[in-house]
Amino acid sequence: MNRPALPAIDVAAWETGNVLPLLHEIRHALQNLLDGDRETTIDLRALPMAPGEEARLIETLGEGEVSVQLNALGKSEITETRYPGVWLIAHYNANGEVLGKFIEITRIPGLLKSQREDIADGLQALEDELHEK
Amino acid sequence: MKNDPSLLDILRQQGVSRRGFLKFCAATASLMALPPGMAPVIAKALEQARRPSVIWLSFQECTGCTESLTRSHAPTLEGLIFDAISLDYHHTLQAASGTAAEEARKTAMEENRGKYLLVVDGSIPTGNAGYSTIAGISNLDMLKEVAAGAAAIIAVGTCAAFGGLPHASPNPTGAVAVSDIITDKPIVNVSGCPPIPVVITGVLAHFLTFGSLPELDHLGRPMAFYGNNIHDRCYRRPFYERGQFAESFDDEGAKKGWCLYKLGCKGPVTYNACATTKWNNGTSFPIESGHGCLGCSEPNFWDMGGFYNALSEPSKGTGNALGWGVAAGAALGAASGLMARREKDHASRSHQQVTVDDLKREESP
Repeated sequence: MNRPALPAIDVAAWETGNVLPLLHEIRHALQNLLDGDRETTIDLRALPMAPGEEARLIETLGEGEVSVQLNALGKSEITETRYPGVWLIAHYNANGEVLGKFIEITRIPGLLKSQREDIADGLQALEDELHEK
Repeated sequence: MKNDPSLLDILRQQGVSRRGFLKFCAATASLMALPPGMAPVIAKALEQARRPSVIWLSFQECTGCTESLTRSHAPTLEGLIFDAISLDYHHTLQAASGTAAEEARKTAMEENRGKYLLVVDGSIPTGNAGYSTIAGISNLDMLKEVAAGAAAIIAVGTCAAFGGLPHASPNPTGAVAVSDIITDKPIVNVSGCPPIPVVITGVLAHFLTFGSLPELDHLGRPMAFYGNNIHDRCYRRPFYERGQFAESFDDEGAKKGWCLYKLGCKGPVTYNACATTKWNNGTSFPIESGHGCLGCSEPNFWDMGGFYNALSEPSKGTGNALGWGVAAGAALGAASGLMARREKDHASRSHQQVTVDDLKREESP
């Protein structure tokens, strides 16, 4: 079975042409955040993307100063892109499968803040701990 | 079922934090194809949502729909939704069998009369009742009996929605869709062979969250998932616009990922979420894997004139029947693309859809 190698296939990069308009949408959203503190969320699953196109978008946005991993109902990766105020949020389940991918234009994604209910639970747990001491 | 815990209680019992719940809501909004801004509304609704009772009936079917639904392993979003509903009867999944299983169905029907959700997969034979029975009861009788007390019915899969494969010519069992039998209940058709798992759970999530059914198209399918056709959202669409088509499955065009229209792709007449939601957790969909769309979410897709025969071109308003042979040139390809789009604009404005039958009618003089 000594067959010659198959010739390489030259496939041009596939595109839907959605990346550039999306970047412009982000630009507008960023202007809105600056002018009136108006936040925007973009659901990446709702947009048709060619193979590799989402990766190119994420590459363009790059990585900024903040990168957080959340462990709630599986992992979530929350990253500030190299454009401050533009956050990339990827939710995964316990098997590492993607549940959703969002771009949030905000000062801080709401999920990062400690939630009132969780704080109350935490307070209770701490008090229980102190009573036992 | 007055003392049933709400979904929020169930999640908290499982040790899910508020943060986890908010993440669940964000993913659920995305699942239901709602704008991300709806996540807080969903959170508020789910805080109060109670576990609805669900009875799942499987008639003339291959279990592919249940396979699709259960393919992703717990704990996934789908898994959580299943924790949140009370699946009281599903003869493939339930532990009980025989008399005990039928008892479970009867109990659920009595306790939740008028409130339970009925899910059906498979078509219903109207010929000899013996073609398909459960516990000696014909599918037709069981459907009528269970539908009578249901709040709403979800027909999962093309068989339950439109008759599907059993309905294909010459339809030996006289198979029909749920909506051919039941006419006095709200019915949602979640078609596909099988439907995309998240589309099934998306509809369940909508009922769970809002206690109502989503907006439907003229075939009873949720607009959120079946509002656009595959062709319009296909990443290979630019090749169609440029008139670049694969002519066989192993030519240069196929290798370069050109449009599969000439190889029988039914994308232009098929309404489903495959091109955006994709399959296997967003890995790909048939066209991305190099094969045309079969049109599995459309009525009579088995009898659409062959999976590998090209559709004829829509030509409304020009008086000039454009075969795809004519569209081979780049300029003409773009022109026919524009025309198809105008056609689509018109179709969505008037809430009509272009079907294979329409196209064939257009083509004949």
